[in-house]
Amino acid sequence: MKIAVCIYEGPYNHEASDSAYNFIKAAIDKGHEIQGIFFYHDGVYNVTKLMEPPQDDRHIANRWSELGAKGIDIVVCIAAAKRRGIVDDVLVPNVRISGLGQLTMMAIQADRMVVFGD
Amino acid sequence: MAEEVKKIMFTVRKPPHGSIYVYEGLEVKLIMAAYDADISVVFMDDGVFAVKRGQDTKELGIKGFEATYGALVDYEIQKVFVDRQSMESRGMTEEDLVIIGEDEDTEEPIRPQVVDASEIAAMMAEQHNILSF
Repeated sequence: MKIAVCIYEGPYNHEASDSAYNFIKAAIDKGHEIQGIFFYHDGVYNVTKLMEPPQDDRHIANRWSELGAKGIDIVVCIAAAKRRGIVDDVLVPNVRISGLGQLTMMAIQADRMVVFGD
Repeated sequence: MAEEVKKIMFTVRKPPHGSIYVYEGLEVKLIMAAYDADISVVFMDDGVFAVKRGQDTKELGIKGFEATYGALVDYEIQKVFVDRQSMESRGMTEEDLVIIGEDEDTEEPIRPQVVDASEIAAMMAEQHNILSF
């Protein structure tokens, strides 16, 4: 099944990011295809390389970047990003900033769209 | 064979103010309406407050977006629904709802359509994907 994932919440502050990550890993293990990952609302904070969590904690941005390196399309909404000071310069590798049109295409093309957030 | 147009529903369940979800969610609807998709929007739970007329956001220090709902029909978002039970349990009636456009022929104002939960469930069952805000 082609699955798109939408994440609405910031990292560390909320479990949505972790739940989404675990869901995606499990879906891939089960043989599903991840159509794309879309960060919206405060979710855009998930992929800034400026984050520097304690060493014994998970590094959420790097985790997403590693998924991106495997070829999963990871998109940060430009409108939500601009509002929150997230620009290309601060992104981890393997993610990109684009418009809501990308979310639209994911919603149309994916068999399921799974939203993580409040 | 032409690909069938996908049905995509938005549910709005949060109050319009106090967080940005509903406002940024509205931005998604307006963009998505420009694409080839069959869009519907359902306001339920505290989301019904988003389509209550006469919101005054001055004291909140934000611009507010009630007026944008008045353009939904212009954006070709015609399928706009309000959950009856959510609306009534919050002391609202159909007359409290914003106008989302006007009928092209009769110029009559169009309001969101008030429906029962069972109708919403039936519509949800038909959707290709559902996005919640």
